[in-house]
Amino acid sequence: MVEMGHFALVLALVLSLVQSLVPLYGAYKGDAKLMAVGGPVTVTGFAMIALSFAVLTLAYVQSDFSLVNVWENSHSLKPMIYKFTGTWGNHEGSMLLWVMILSFFGALVAAFGSNLPATLRANVLAVQGWIGTAFLLFILITSNPFTRLIPAPIEGKDLNPILQDIGLAVHPPLLYLGYVGFSVCFSFAVAALIEGRIDAAWARWVRPWTLAAWVFLTGGIAMGSYWAYYELGWGGFWFWDPVENASFMPWLAGTALLHSAIVMEKRSALKIWTLLLAILTFSLSLLGTFLVRSGVLTSVHAFASDPSRGVFILGILTVFIGGSLALFALRASSLTAGGIFHPISREGALVLNNLFLTTATATVLIGTLYPLVVEALFGEKISVGEPFFNLTFGPLMMPLLVLVPFGPLLAWKRGDVAAVAQRLMFAFGAALLVVLVTFLFIDGASVFAALGAGLATWLVLGALTDLALKAGIGNVAPKVALRRFLGLPRSVFGTALAHLGLGLTLLGIVGVLSFEKEAILVMKPGQVLEIASHRLRFEGLQPVRGPNFTEDQGRFSLLGPAGQPVAEIVSAKRFYPVRQMPTTEAGIKTLWLSQLYISLGDEANDGAVVVRVWWKPLVTLIWGGTLVMMAGGFVSLMDRRLRVGAPAKRKSADKKPSPVAT
Amino acid sequence: MTRKQKRLSVIAGALAFLGAATALTFYALGQKASYFYMPADLQAATLEPGQRIRLGGLVENGTIVRGQGTEVAFGVTDSEETVKVRYTGLLPDLFREGQGVITEGSFGSDGVFVADSVLAKHDENYMPKEVADSLKEKGVWQESAQ
Repeated sequence: MVEMGHFALVLALVLSLVQSLVPLYGAYKGDAKLMAVGGPVTVTGFAMIALSFAVLTLAYVQSDFSLVNVWENSHSLKPMIYKFTGTWGNHEGSMLLWVMILSFFGALVAAFGSNLPATLRANVLAVQGWIGTAFLLFILITSNPFTRLIPAPIEGKDLNPILQDIGLAVHPPLLYLGYVGFSVCFSFAVAALIEGRIDAAWARWVRPWTLAAWVFLTGGIAMGSYWAYYELGWGGFWFWDPVENASFMPWLAGTALLHSAIVMEKRSALKIWTLLLAILTFSLSLLGTFLVRSGVLTSVHAFASDPSRGVFILGILTVFIGGSLALFALRASSLTAGGIFHPISREGALVLNNLFLTTATATVLIGTLYPLVVEALFGEKISVGEPFFNLTFGPLMMPLLVLVPFGPLLAWKRGDVAAVAQRLMFAFGAALLVVLVTFLFIDGASVFAALGAGLATWLVLGALTDLALKAGIGNVAPKVALRRFLGLPRSVFGTALAHLGLGLTLLGIVGVLSFEKEAILVMKPGQVLEIASHRLRFEGLQPVRGPNFTEDQGRFSLLGPAGQPVAEIVSAKRFYPVRQMPTTEAGIKTLWLSQLYISLGDEANDGAVVVRVWWKPLVTLIWGGTLVMMAGGFVSLMDRRLRVGAPAKRKSADKKPSPVAT
Repeated sequence: MTRKQKRLSVIAGALAFLGAATALTFYALGQKASYFYMPADLQAATLEPGQRIRLGGLVENGTIVRGQGTEVAFGVTDSEETVKVRYTGLLPDLFREGQGVITEGSFGSDGVFVADSVLAKHDENYMPKEVADSLKEKGVWQESAQ
């Protein structure tokens, strides 16, 4: 059974090699038969990798310790859900998931790309094949999950307890769907460079892939953030940890790509820039994979470090990033340049967005790589953390956020800032009011908090203003406005939702950073703590035995106004005997949008225990906002234009789209 | 303005923006990067009063003293020198004697290192990388200590 998975993986490598070469040669020679090989080979390759992944999953579910990988990362007493998710809770399995998702996207292009020009489709599949080949080689040579262990041990070494959480079921698959989804944009870009042709239709094909990848990456990052928040027991939602930055950089670049692709599609301008962004975004995904998987950095994500792996991924990185950029340098000048446009226009606003976002990406990149470079060159160990990013990333984001509501309201070609400003008067007035109210009436509000809350209001109301104006609310009869509102293109809703979500996330961040309350104290049973006008009573510690751990549960009662308990919060210190490892299980109580967060520390004398309690106002908005952003991306993906706008198959078969004149 | 002038002014604006961002980034790197030291490195180092650094090493056996409430003091050693560290707050789950830790903070006027964060390794498989590397350099690394 296990050998079947191993064999399927080797077969996938062979198929991937065929996928890399045959369609490419076919496109070069103009041979339709050779080009047509790409589709079936890609789909079969995906089937093989999926089979291989299923076999590995089965080995985990059945606790087959004759596999080194299962023995090192599983245990027969582990709850079933973690046996299942544990498949990718280790280096080898997670790389297999990576490749499976890559080939899944390749198969999607093969299945849904029937309306693409044949040569473009063949080249895109070939480039996907190159990436697949590189990573399949990586898995088979350095990180084979199917390595056997003889004789098979009776019991496994268990999964890192931090990973024994539902977050593992959601965070890595979503993140990889995002990371790897950008490979399609990359392949489209490289294929366009190989063909030496790029037009507005190209942007229309690339945009849905970018959107889909962006939606997943947004979800993956947000889920990772929430997971770290509740599992690590430190109560933070973002640490500017290099590993987090590794996923944040493709997100920033992908967001820029999303916006520049609109300009390319609508105005056939910014072609070369969009192409470059598509390459850079996936390059940053690869860099992220390198940083996380090579063991260069130590973090919860670095399962085990093995220098040969780092060197191998670095090789892949160099070949793909260097190769695609060299191809870009050679070919970009042969592409038709885009049109010139007025700086004050929708296009101009989107360019400004790109300027800010790519600069911000560069800042994060420098902050993340600088310590590695300094250590390699001078042997000095430094760390670049939150203070650096607050000083650089923050000031870059603020003006961008201020400008966001203007963008969708500006007209294409030539906009009128004064007219747009007038339309945004209401949002501006409300934001100003929020600034004043926050500053004057909320205790302990700093200028930063007031301005932050105002900025968030500005974003939310700006997005709503956009929708209201486009529906004509206030200008036409309510009935007409409602009909117009429902008839708005979905991409308009998508934009508004995404910008609104951004505002909500910002509000959550401002709420936590400015109004968080924290208490660290030793509590005896029966003692009452008052924090942010909530009263908590410590009821005592109680030992509990779980399936593969023991824990001391600290029970707390949230007291109502009359002193009666209204809710119970349980926070625990867990111990996993197999790995000899303690973990903190935070007790979290959500009260509307805010949360009470309790972490247990060491036990003191006579049943007393060190307790750390936070009041986190509006904290849930941080992740709620990202859900709204994702919804925006999803709605936009459903837009009619993206579904039926691409040229129909019949047309493209006999007539290739000609480059759009500028 | 002619079209050419317009284009030039846009490019100049973008370059000025990038220049400002670059300057800010390098200023921030100079100001906000915090250096890592082991106890024995400190004599050679010139630290300004109150400068934030990260201090790494092993928690010396028998030095953990718990004070009032959540106060705790312990020694961080690299087997040559030991630095006394004071910390108030919750210690990480894996904090114990002989454990590799990284503390972040600055030296107080009494020569005691006042930490505002203490990091221990995330699982039993590794030690903070900086600590492990430095211990290897000093030749006091034991594979069995892992």
